[in-house]
Amino acid sequence: MSTTVVNTGTEGKTWGGSNQPLKASYGKMMMWFFIVSDALTFSGFLAAYGFSRFKFIDSWPIADEVFTHVPFLHGQELPMIYVAFMTFVLIMSSVTMVLAVDAGHHMKKTKVTWYMFLTIIGGLIFVGSQAWEWATFIKGDYGAIQTKGGNILQFVDTDGHRVALSDFTVAGHKDRTAHERKNGLWFVDEGTLPTYTVNEVIDGFEANKNLLVRTQIINEEGEKTVLSRAESSKLLKDNGVAVVEGANLHVNEYGSPLFADFFFFITGFHGFHVFSGVVINIIIFFNVILGTYERRGSYEMVEKVGLYWHFVDLVWVFVFTFFYLV
Amino acid sequence: MAHAHNLAILRGLIKFKSNTQKIWGVLILLTIVTAVEVVLGIYKPESLMAKVLGMKLLNWIFIILTIVKAYYITWDFMHMRDETKALRRMVVWTAIFLILYLIFILLQEGGYVFDVYKDGFIKRDF
Repeated sequence: MSTTVVNTGTEGKTWGGSNQPLKASYGKMMMWFFIVSDALTFSGFLAAYGFSRFKFIDSWPIADEVFTHVPFLHGQELPMIYVAFMTFVLIMSSVTMVLAVDAGHHMKKTKVTWYMFLTIIGGLIFVGSQAWEWATFIKGDYGAIQTKGGNILQFVDTDGHRVALSDFTVAGHKDRTAHERKNGLWFVDEGTLPTYTVNEVIDGFEANKNLLVRTQIINEEGEKTVLSRAESSKLLKDNGVAVVEGANLHVNEYGSPLFADFFFFITGFHGFHVFSGVVINIIIFFNVILGTYERRGSYEMVEKVGLYWHFVDLVWVFVFTFFYLV
Repeated sequence: MAHAHNLAILRGLIKFKSNTQKIWGVLILLTIVTAVEVVLGIYKPESLMAKVLGMKLLNWIFIILTIVKAYYITWDFMHMRDETKALRRMVVWTAIFLILYLIFILLQEGGYVFDVYKDGFIKRDF
């Protein structure tokens, strides 16, 4: 007598409902779709980096000359070694994560706990390394002169070795002091003033006959162009407007400011992913210890978080290639 | 599904006995690939500097090795190998298609802007 249809007569058929064609749980599937969208976000950033690089293809900074530092090894030029170490740390923490997932399938609580712990440590080492990398990049190492057109002039000796501003420039007395909120307009801020003025650098350059200027332009051998002594001197005097030490969002002693902008933005966005991954891992870690998943009868939550963690590793593999290698 | 792992990699060339063993095997593979990249990046052999399809051969090698690494991370660490074909295609093809499209457009445009500054009448630096 009922007027509503309770049974459709299609139960068990393909379109009758409760059919799982993908054989994946809701949570795992949604994690995959989130990863796809996040992957598209990162590719948007990396493609924009590619755009800017192609736009300045003949003057882009050479990554090997920028990232040469390794902690505790001062003054040695070791390009790529530290990034390679960071890559390895992240891959290693991916391995401990997948081992945790595997231990979860076998319902081994102690093993999951330990592997999760190691994963978190790996993530922390990576984020710490990235902070160090940022600090080194912001501080800079040789210093340079910026021209009117926004180009960077670096200094080399006659053998082609880089020379730091501090090696030939003497800082004189300065009347100009940094404008701070407490001694000037309270709503206006000024960054740190450079150690030297442009004129002091030019004086130092004139006094040292073995110095030459290196421009941003990449020559046919794939190296930056070094000017003759006369050209160097003329370019410095005619076009030099500012002293640049290190890198920030406005200026960059290594070359195009866009390089620094993309470096901060892309590695920063990735670092934020690693950081949030570590936080989520810690939450899951405590849940494992408390036995939440033991009671639930499934460690699928570890698996879902693992997917995110591996994705972060996956993105780093691409950032590594496009920022440091290519 | 959770317990049925596909344990063969490289099209069945290497078969592992357990999932744990496969994980370590893939780690070794990824480490070797990264080491090759770093060594090539430091020494930059002269023979690989030839241009192929508008880019240095060395850069093509880097990109291909990166995709190899991405494949093993997705397939073995994220267990894509064990998912159904439909899920795999939904995730991988969507991403690959959209990314290739975006990269083509942006790189093409970047190269064009470079040419305008180089050969055109617009100057950026006086």
